[in-house]
Amino acid sequence: MSFLKLTASTLAVAAVSATSAAARDNVQIAGSSTVLPYASIVAEAFGDNFDFPTPVVESGGSSAGLKRFCEGVGENTIDIANSSRPIRQSDIDLCLENGVTDIIEVRIGYDGIVFASQIDGPDYSAFEPADIFNALGATVLVDGEVVANPHTQWADFNADLPAEDIVAFIPGTKHGTREVFEDKVLMVGCEETGAFDAMIATGMSEDDAEDACIEVRGNGITVDIDGDYTETLARIQANPNGVGVFGLAFYENNTDTLQVATMSGVEPTTETIAAGDYPVSRPLFFFIKQAHIGVIPGVKEFAQFFIANEVAGPDGPLAQYGLVSDPELAATQAAVEAEETLEIQ
Amino acid sequence: MTDLSSTEPATHRSLKVADARTKKRNAAEKRFRAYGIVAIAIGGLFLLALTYNILKAGLPAFTQYVVELEVTLTQDEFDAAESQMLKTAAYTDIFIGNFEANLEERGVEVPYDGDAIERLLGKVGGDIRSYYRENLDDIGQPVTFQLQTSSRVEGYFKGRVNRDTIVDSRFLMGSDLDIVDALRDAGVLTSRFNWAFVTGTDSGVDNPGGAGIGASAIGSFFMMLVVLFLSLPIGVAASIYLEEFAPKNRLTDLVEVNISNLAAVPSIVFGILGLSVFIQFAHLPQSAPLVGGLVLTLMTLPTIIISTRASLKSVPPSIRDAALGIGASKMQSVFHHVLPLAMPGILTGTIIGLAQALGETAPLLLIGMVGFVAREYPDGVVSGFMDPNSAMPAQIYTWAARADVGFYEKAWGGIIILLIFLLLMNALAIFLRKKFERRW
Repeated sequence: MSFLKLTASTLAVAAVSATSAAARDNVQIAGSSTVLPYASIVAEAFGDNFDFPTPVVESGGSSAGLKRFCEGVGENTIDIANSSRPIRQSDIDLCLENGVTDIIEVRIGYDGIVFASQIDGPDYSAFEPADIFNALGATVLVDGEVVANPHTQWADFNADLPAEDIVAFIPGTKHGTREVFEDKVLMVGCEETGAFDAMIATGMSEDDAEDACIEVRGNGITVDIDGDYTETLARIQANPNGVGVFGLAFYENNTDTLQVATMSGVEPTTETIAAGDYPVSRPLFFFIKQAHIGVIPGVKEFAQFFIANEVAGPDGPLAQYGLVSDPELAATQAAVEAEETLEIQ
Repeated sequence: MTDLSSTEPATHRSLKVADARTKKRNAAEKRFRAYGIVAIAIGGLFLLALTYNILKAGLPAFTQYVVELEVTLTQDEFDAAESQMLKTAAYTDIFIGNFEANLEERGVEVPYDGDAIERLLGKVGGDIRSYYRENLDDIGQPVTFQLQTSSRVEGYFKGRVNRDTIVDSRFLMGSDLDIVDALRDAGVLTSRFNWAFVTGTDSGVDNPGGAGIGASAIGSFFMMLVVLFLSLPIGVAASIYLEEFAPKNRLTDLVEVNISNLAAVPSIVFGILGLSVFIQFAHLPQSAPLVGGLVLTLMTLPTIIISTRASLKSVPPSIRDAALGIGASKMQSVFHHVLPLAMPGILTGTIIGLAQALGETAPLLLIGMVGFVAREYPDGVVSGFMDPNSAMPAQIYTWAARADVGFYEKAWGGIIILLIFLLLMNALAIFLRKKFERRW
């Protein structure tokens, strides 16, 4: 074998790569693993229906996606960040620091967060936010006292629930879903049980009390899942007593293995979420770097296609998969058309 | 014999009758052999269980259930569909309309409605559109399409969906299964080998039937090219220098220790390195097989250097001495005599290193090759290196994380294909070793 030949080919490869490291022609997207399924459906349809190349959609979580989004402007940064939470001031600060000044926010619809367990497991069929808080909160109110959570079984605080050990698989902190879980379930439960007022009464500041409300027990009773819902599903399957937090679409794809619990008496369906009856839902977003529109081909077309009535509307493929379509889609369409950017400072 | 036995002492031990200590030693040996056999049996059992599981879960991915239908698309229909925003949906509607229209004449006499037919079919619009866009002459001509059924219908045939446990949903109703059975009895719905899975590209999460591993296999191929053409010359040159030319001093010791250490560094570390050096500093494109190949090269280099040095070492010194003795220069002795003899070992080490790199996922997570990436085939060599693509293990990882169980089956099917590639590479390694092996 001739080493000269090998080395020559190596150099050739290097030369080829050096000359063509230019001009990206596909849209590059990263972010929330909750938005990823929808983005991949739209990306496939975009590639099928337009002459643009199919966009590349990566996962990684809302915060990771926004961080990459805010890395700067240019071909080697992403064009669109998917997010299952609104953009925060800390993200905006990072963006501004790196010269990303014009950001278009696009709300694509709503997603429900459901509590589900093994279909043959204990009868976890109805929860209140207070139940979840009493089971999973680090400090709870027992007999008028704020104490470290003493409950080991669901029946310890609510006789209607099964006498089974408490185990819950909840989204990890890098997921946007975690924030919704904290705000719409733990915080609500904390206030409903009176723990929040009791904490204030012990002299805690409001901020500290809020932090204490959303703190979870850990210790194997709450398990943070940093991966996808498939990991949560695997944990539930290995753990008959476990309760897991899923996206509505994921649950609907796995109704043969999961039973879902109602929240405050409302069953999670696309209808109850669209009507605003089911309490634990959140909007899903993506953010566009305006500086990339017109530079990277297809960015605006992709965004417009994503929120078109045919795609994100109530009869479109996204709703078919489980997205709760946004009643104010028309306003979003107009905002994208006009490239309305966020007012940021 | 008689002489010998007569000279032995009174405590004579017959060779034919074992005494207590011999028995003990023999028993120990027997036990050890038994342990060995048990160990191999356990290993074999695990291998069998694994193979069985992989084949059981993965083989269904190679079967596809399709409905057959002759469609005549008029120019008007084509223009109308092309003028829509969601063109693929328009083609799906045309197909469903045609499908319903002639079901009765084909012997399907079960009541149904359009929604039911829509639930039974997979994402067919994209296939139809791309067919007509490539074959414009076929507009107005009858064309027979074989198009995929939905993942729930496939699940029904593959045992995932059961009549007794089916939960009515917008994906599939219990009553739809009657239509499915009728279609099958009428010969409209048939099964065939799923070429789309072997050669196709990734698909959206609502279209497990359209998912294929072909594009990501191409991505893996281009990555392996980069690894081969970078790590083989660099690795071999480094090993030859270190083994044959370098003086033995503290510096080379340090280099050696570091190479051994690098071989044990977790691959994700190379991924982070690749992200910061190749993408953020050198501005190479994200998700490109070139970057993946560079990262995997870093990972494979220590393996290749170590195995190359071992095979250089195994060439007897007498061969070098003989070459030097008849007047060859040091370099001539290495390149004319030592290297050819070490070649089988070097090739084996390289192929094993490549096989390792082929199955690696962790570093690819960080350079953007995991997600919805492997959607398009590269147009040529440059595009193969530079355009976003995935790799086989990354594709399998992506599928395993999707909600629809149809993708889970695809992930296992992907594992089978990946294993076939690995087996082929290992077979090549064995073949090369046998072919070039020299004895002295």
